[in-house]
Amino acid sequence: MNFLNSLISGLSLGSVYAIIALGYTMVYGISKMLNFAHGDVIMVGGYVSFILTMYVGMNGWLALLVAMVACTILGILIERLAYRPLRGTGSLAVLITAIGVSYFLQNSALLIWGANPRVFNSLFNGMKTIHAAGGQLTITPESLFTIIANIVIMIALTLFVSKTKAGKAMRAVSEDNGAAQLMGINVNQSISLTFAIGSGLAAVAGVLMCSAYPVLMPTTGAMPGIKAFTAAVFGGIGSIPGAMIGGLLLGIIEIFARAYISTELSDAIVFACLIIVLLVKPTGLLGKKINEKV
Amino acid sequence: MGTVLTVRDINVYYGAIHAIKGISFDVNRGEIVTLIGANGAGKSTTLHTISGLLRSKTGDIEFLESSIARTPAHKIVSKGISHVPEGRRIFQGMTVEENLQMGAFVTKPDRIAHNLEYVYEQFPRLKERTRQIAGTLSGGEQQMLAMGRALMSDPRLLMLDEPSMGLAPILVDQIFEIIQNLNKAGTTILLVEQNAQMALSVADRAYVIETGRITLSGTGEELAKSDEVRKAYLGG
Ligand SMILES: Nc1ncnc2c1ncn2[C@@H]1O[C@H](COP(=O)(O)OP(=O)(O)OP(=O)(O)O)[C@@H](O)[C@H]1O
Ligand SMILES: [Mg+2]
Repeated sequence: MNFLNSLISGLSLGSVYAIIALGYTMVYGISKMLNFAHGDVIMVGGYVSFILTMYVGMNGWLALLVAMVACTILGILIERLAYRPLRGTGSLAVLITAIGVSYFLQNSALLIWGANPRVFNSLFNGMKTIHAAGGQLTITPESLFTIIANIVIMIALTLFVSKTKAGKAMRAVSEDNGAAQLMGINVNQSISLTFAIGSGLAAVAGVLMCSAYPVLMPTTGAMPGIKAFTAAVFGGIGSIPGAMIGGLLLGIIEIFARAYISTELSDAIVFACLIIVLLVKPTGLLGKKINEKV
Repeated sequence: MGTVLTVRDINVYYGAIHAIKGISFDVNRGEIVTLIGANGAGKSTTLHTISGLLRSKTGDIEFLESSIARTPAHKIVSKGISHVPEGRRIFQGMTVEENLQMGAFVTKPDRIAHNLEYVYEQFPRLKERTRQIAGTLSGGEQQMLAMGRALMSDPRLLMLDEPSMGLAPILVDQIFEIIQNLNKAGTTILLVEQNAQMALSVADRAYVIETGRITLSGTGEELAKSDEVRKAYLGG
């Protein structure tokens, strides 16, 4: 039973990583940059939802919706103001800017909301925990909803990029920005849309994560951001199913390492697994290198 | 006749490298015009500048009597210019059909089915492979796909950058035959080629580019006979 309980926790944590990893992987795919500020967008989503529920008295689900809109706008603004002016310059400049944006968001949060940890009110307050197998198996509503949310998001996103015109345009820009422009695709619009989607999902991840681990601080997004980035690399950066598999595996490995090996070593074990995967398959589990035919 | 495209005194730089040094030429309705020249002469750069992916510091580019020198790249195709870039640059991870859909990104929905049929008529090989991932096509098929993709937007002017590159002689013949068919069907063509002999044999007019400048121009026939061209590009 212990095993099953750990598996559920792992899947739930992994689902949060997967949803965050999507933002990293889609942005990387389309603009070949690592948006290190992505983790901090999660934190902003958490705070927006926290303020609205605690001080405005808004319904949690409505607050989640508002947080998504706020993060979507934030994501579009970050791309517009910080990254777009640097497009076409070296990737190092963009990387350093992304780190700068990350600190900017953390410090703004510190200024606005203070350093004190806030206790987040779970979105699922009042819902019952499921007990099964004579009380030995517990499934919290947080776990259940996070796992379901991840599945729904993955299916929706996969359909979006494979079936819709805007989604196909995103894939085209990811593959070949110049050729996409020759088709008449507005690359700026495609990139904005990608940041919008990634950041909106970051708000969902933020609220789900804070519901399960209810401490909210200006640095709350940093660690999960790095873990999700790891998950994206693990699964193959640029690949949407890769983000899903990478996220889930990472969550499961982390929880099992904590339960069966050592809490202190769990992060080290996670990163060791990443290194092993990258040694065997440098592009990550599902990452592929398409060789050009000339 | 009427002029479709006028390029007037363009100068294009890559940073400090002055790649195009005052090139001017024009393309008339219904013509096949070819730009020939050695590696690095500036042929692809010229096409990229017309497509808006690069900008000229001077001069102007007019298409159907309006300037496109400041038009963003993604708005060029809806004006009627389709560019088949060097190296094909099809979307390798997409299927053949998806690539063709991308070519129709700005095409009016009621024209798409008609254009698709036209492309499959020109390239029956593609029709047998609609669901195949484009990256797994042979080089010749990829060239056909790149051309088919460009035709999906009903171009008034089709720009082809080295369509014969890396193809076996029999396929080169086939591609050139298709180019001539497209031209007969009414598409004006601007053709960039290293294979000067082939290009001159189908071209109405031709320009020779050397290190960023036009050094010779004339009808295809005239240039094919000219001593300079024979020495430099036709092997004697
Ligand atoms: N991205 C770039 N950065 C810097 N210089 C470039 C770039 N692309 C092309 N050049 C330079 O510009 C000049 C013209 O290149 P261009 O690609 O237009 O030649 P081309 O005539 O198409 O040659 P080829 O027949 O080999 O395709 C060359 O000297 C080339 O080195
Ligand atoms: Mg070239």
